[in-house]
Amino acid sequence: MTNDIIERIKQNVIQGRMDKEDEGFNGGMVSQPGVKELVQQALDEGVDPRRIVVAGLTEAMKIVGDKFEAKEYFIPDMLASAETVGAAMDILAPYLAKSGVASKGKVLMATVKGDLHDIGKNIVTIILKGAGYEVKDLGADVGPEAIVASVREEKPDLLGLSALLTTTMVAMKETIDSLAQAGLRDRVKVIIGGAPTSVEFAAEIGADGYGADAFHAVRVVEELRQAS
Amino acid sequence: MPREGVLVHRIYERLDRDQVERIHSVSMEILRHPGIMCFNREAADIFASYGATVTAEPSARHWQVSIPEALVLQALKRAPQMVKLGARQEENSLILDGNEPRVYFASGSETNIWLDMRVETFVSKADHSVAVELATFHPRRGMLADLCAAARLGEHLDNLDGFIRPVNIQDEDITEENKDVNKFFACLNNMTKHVMAGLTSLDKLDKVIRMAEIIAGGKEELRRNPIISFITCVFKSPLQLVDDTTQKCIEIVRRGMPLVISASPQGGSTAPIKEDGMVAQINAEILGGIALSQLVSPGAPVIYGSVPTRAGLDDLADTYGVPEFNQYNVDCVQMARFYGLPCYSTAGVADVKVPGIQATVEKLFSHIVIALSGAQYIHYAFGLLDKTATFCPVQAVLDDAHIGMVKSLLRAPKVDEVEVVTSLEQIRQVMATSQKLFVRYIRPKLRSGEVTLPYPFEGDKARDEILLRAHEKMQELLQRPVEHIPPEVSERIFREVPGILPRLNTYREG
Repeated sequence: MTNDIIERIKQNVIQGRMDKEDEGFNGGMVSQPGVKELVQQALDEGVDPRRIVVAGLTEAMKIVGDKFEAKEYFIPDMLASAETVGAAMDILAPYLAKSGVASKGKVLMATVKGDLHDIGKNIVTIILKGAGYEVKDLGADVGPEAIVASVREEKPDLLGLSALLTTTMVAMKETIDSLAQAGLRDRVKVIIGGAPTSVEFAAEIGADGYGADAFHAVRVVEELRQAS
Repeated sequence: MPREGVLVHRIYERLDRDQVERIHSVSMEILRHPGIMCFNREAADIFASYGATVTAEPSARHWQVSIPEALVLQALKRAPQMVKLGARQEENSLILDGNEPRVYFASGSETNIWLDMRVETFVSKADHSVAVELATFHPRRGMLADLCAAARLGEHLDNLDGFIRPVNIQDEDITEENKDVNKFFACLNNMTKHVMAGLTSLDKLDKVIRMAEIIAGGKEELRRNPIISFITCVFKSPLQLVDDTTQKCIEIVRRGMPLVISASPQGGSTAPIKEDGMVAQINAEILGGIALSQLVSPGAPVIYGSVPTRAGLDDLADTYGVPEFNQYNVDCVQMARFYGLPCYSTAGVADVKVPGIQATVEKLFSHIVIALSGAQYIHYAFGLLDKTATFCPVQAVLDDAHIGMVKSLLRAPKVDEVEVVTSLEQIRQVMATSQKLFVRYIRPKLRSGEVTLPYPFEGDKARDEILLRAHEKMQELLQRPVEHIPPEVSERIFREVPGILPRLNTYREG
């Protein structure tokens, strides 16, 4: 019985079906329970939340990743699956906390001052949530002062900074310098990304990592987490 | 159900109605005076019997035929506006409707050179640790085995709707005597799509038709599902009705087989380079041929075949990559539509000798423009290079992907009450979320084929690996099996149709 519901959660994550309203990518699945309903049902049936995460969500995302590598899945598929995992984690969070299980880490995300482009940052946010991180999105056009204040208050493990314009990427350095001036730089790992940035630029401004795309960003976050 | 092709929602036309009628009038004038030089006695007699003025020119061994407009119009009324091109697998058949701009793409046409591609590794002279893989090209004479491979490849190219042999068979044991039966059998045995070809020897026509009857399941079945059709270029431009191809035209329509009646003048040498003059002349030539076909056999399934090219300014060779080529061809499609006849048109030939940027530009240019014009059957669309002198199978794989993109481009827009309400709802739902992303709505459209997949030959974006990826794809497609003609049918063909080489027998022992 337990295996059955875990398998259904897994299949629905692979299909990226959020809830019963979701038709799935083949259509015709409307009214069948999606990830949200199935996770709640599993909890109601007393399934261990850690088992839901490990055997259901994580296993499913491994398969999704394999499909992406094989070019059977595309970014929309990855995002849809990651979104379902993010929603599942929201439901599971209090249960996991009760079981003494901590999240993989807390991440703050922001598009830097003067830049309103937030698609890339939003996608990274979804993928990170799907990977099991607790993510707080500060939005777009966020100045160094506001970011410093949030880091002080939220105490994240990682800070993700995004910029699309060559004119706004300089604000990344300002933000990192502000963190240093506030004495917070050693308390948070900083990862940057966005079209005009590069691994060289990340090194130049003193960031800890650079994500070439959303999936690379998650790998870098994992590496930084393990290193610390 | 026939193949879908692509139904063009809004066709591209260059000529307004007055211009079309003006060209029609000039074509009629051309057929009246100077008229046509007819080198075929039977055709001259047929025209004469229907009221054309025929003057014998014994010294030049031809007849000067002045065809009145009324005769042409009367003959055109008899020509069917819809022609079915059948297929071994009937779901691969094509319906060519002169009044519907449904576009099919086909290969063609009998190049002498087959261009192999190899992947070789080159090491930098400056830094021996730097090595790159590059494509090299190796031309050679086309052979029967190549034609079989081309048919197998064509079977698996999703966007290839009809097959015209893209390579001439030049094996030592291929002669005028056995060429027709071998080329048709090689094509038919390696694919289930429609096979169209010219005829090398008129006296082999009945053998080829017999072969097709055996495959189709009898005479009547072949009439109902004509798995093969023919092409005759009856005119040598300007305005000379050739003895040999005219006789082929007469005999093919007598047997009720579908026939493309084509003309291929070259703007600047065998026709005026000016758009109006070129189109008026080729139109006159094609109508002259179609008129003859309908006088011989009223209602014979014929197709308006326009292959106008422009003279190369450096060598007077046919040139396909220039804008005028597209202008001529688009106009011809429009003229065919004016008469309600299905049109066999031309696109996808590169002037350059090898695949690459120039080939892609030249090919895609005409693939898009001629498809937009709504031509029902676009030949030459796959793998042709060097002004139709060369066929490259890797190029055919690339062309297939590009034609797929063209077909996607031409899909009709879906804008109706249901669609706009759905979109409005989608926008409202997304605006209520924190991420404001529409990405999740891509998925169903991706799976239903409404969203185009990424370019299939893209490498890692740091270098151009298109040819390498296309080469891999070609090799993979050639490994896939095809549905050969069943053993008992094959055996009967070998028994009843002499001349087919034993090595083409899929079921031969040893």
